[in-house]
Amino acid sequence: MRRYATTRLVQLVAIVFLISVLAFLLVHLLPGDPTVAILGPNDTPTARHELLAQLGLNHSLPLQYWTWLKNIVRGNLGASFLTKQTVTNAISVAAPIDLELIVVSQLMAFAVAIPLALVAARRPNKIFDRLATTSTFGLLSFPTFVVAVLLVLVFAVEFHLFPATGFVRLSQGLVGNLKSVLLPSIALAVGSVAVYFRLLRADLISTLQEDYVTMAKAKGLSTPYILVRHALRPSSFSLLAGAGISIGSLFTGAFVVEVLFQLPGIGYQLVTAINSRDYLMVQGMALVAAIAYVVINFVVDFLLTVLDPRVRHA
Amino acid sequence: MPEGPGLATSKERRRAPGDLAVADIGTRVVTGAGPVPPRVDGTAASDGRLQKRSRMGVLFWVCLAWVALMVLLALAASVLPLKSPTFQDYSAVNVGPTLHHLLGTDDLGRDLLSRIVFGSRVSLVIGFASIALGMATGGTLGLLAGYRGGASDTLLNAGSFVLLAFPPLLAIMVIEAFWGRSLWKLTLVFAVVAAPQLFRVMRASTIATANREYVVAARAFGSRSARIMVRELLPNVLPAAISFALIGVAVAIIIEGSLAFLGLSIALPTASLGNIINEGVQNNNLQLNPYIALWPSLYIFLMLSSLNLMADRLRSRFEAREGKL
Repeated sequence: MRRYATTRLVQLVAIVFLISVLAFLLVHLLPGDPTVAILGPNDTPTARHELLAQLGLNHSLPLQYWTWLKNIVRGNLGASFLTKQTVTNAISVAAPIDLELIVVSQLMAFAVAIPLALVAARRPNKIFDRLATTSTFGLLSFPTFVVAVLLVLVFAVEFHLFPATGFVRLSQGLVGNLKSVLLPSIALAVGSVAVYFRLLRADLISTLQEDYVTMAKAKGLSTPYILVRHALRPSSFSLLAGAGISIGSLFTGAFVVEVLFQLPGIGYQLVTAINSRDYLMVQGMALVAAIAYVVINFVVDFLLTVLDPRVRHA
Repeated sequence: MPEGPGLATSKERRRAPGDLAVADIGTRVVTGAGPVPPRVDGTAASDGRLQKRSRMGVLFWVCLAWVALMVLLALAASVLPLKSPTFQDYSAVNVGPTLHHLLGTDDLGRDLLSRIVFGSRVSLVIGFASIALGMATGGTLGLLAGYRGGASDTLLNAGSFVLLAFPPLLAIMVIEAFWGRSLWKLTLVFAVVAAPQLFRVMRASTIATANREYVVAARAFGSRSARIMVRELLPNVLPAAISFALIGVAVAIIIEGSLAFLGLSIALPTASLGNIINEGVQNNNLQLNPYIALWPSLYIFLMLSSLNLMADRLRSRFEAREGKL
């Protein structure tokens, strides 16, 4: 176990190091000098020379990387050229929005997928199961940006039930806040519902064939009781694994939703920064988002291994 | 296949192909003397194939036909009697479906049918070309690494883990932001992101197939490894890989659509399904003319569901083990 943990930790460190190198090189090696983008029409040789010195771009690459890394470890990711806001500050303002979106959407997905799977697994291949399986398979073919647009069309444009855009911070009132994240969360949850339903259904069906379930039936326990108390827990491992794995992809899935609903989360800020060629902002946000993605995946992976030793040997 | 040395253990599989000990051949593989047909399974192939086809189901062929139609439309878009996707007809702004404009026009008077057909080019090119490219590189390497094993396999495997650790949408978004957004650049970046996944699938199924009896038999007959890989392994590994690749195409189309929706895919004014949907959301268009967003959404849904369904059918037909995800 300890050896496994050490190997994984070494891998994690190596990957984080690689991400930092790539994020660093992104700005420096890809075609198009950043000074061109920053200077725009004011591009003169002297201005460019000054800017290069100011940004430290006239040193050797390893030295630049070292300086950059030292700054990052101190929490200094640089600042936007346009707004002068520091990248760290921008991230700390934006990240809670992503977090809220992910938590709310996952709660919704569980609330729908678990009962659906319980009912469907009770009688596999009968009408309800077939309907649920087919419709969730269909849901898998709806990209988030299509679901989001349809939701806005129905609930905001046709029925005026929810605001189409804008974000109300939690500090400005709970109801307003929930209303502003409800539609975006549903848009994010749709894909998860499909995945979670399929995972849980498959596991439930095999659990329900176990002897102890037959025993419970023989004792005369009611089917709902058996489903919830006897079958659900031993069947939920794939579900948890699936949920853990999808946290990472939800993080990037949230980008689309944030832009459509104009929620100022990491994705929205990143797209704005890309469009305005705010290259330090893009670099900083991409670095933090990529590291967060890798670390979350690592933690989830590790927790799953602790919970189920089979994964270690797979 | 437990009995007989040199057949079952992974250690044995790692041994250089063609290196089988004489004893192995004598005792296990070539028992009867005389001419042995090189492909024992060849005789049953004709019946088996007929059965396979009938079991794919009608829906599979409907989906295949639909995808083929979409590809044909996209390929022949400039020859077909379509209006220009960028021509702005100010006498027909925001009209619904009519005979003149089959799917109506957008807020600038551009024909939606033509925009969708031309726009699907971007999705289909990026979807299919990037996965084909990823398959050609990652898939081939997976076959080689899975069969040969050794240090290069370990190295490639570790490399694929590192590449897979990156969040795909984020990576593509950021690379394109710094590198530019032409169609071939997008395709290339998508291929780089897809290659490690295809590598892993191909490698895993190659390893699972590489110590089956017919492969060992071919090796015992002295077939060169290139021949074993192409004639014995590939036909058995490919169906599962194609099923996975079709899902890959769907995922690439989703990611391209997301990028286009965010305004980060191919540069305007080139239409793509994602950016048409985005235009349908801008400037109150959703209220004035929901068709702008609805038609491309429907088109992309039909595209993705066909691909997913085909992949699902292929998988359940060819892969004994049900995938968990």
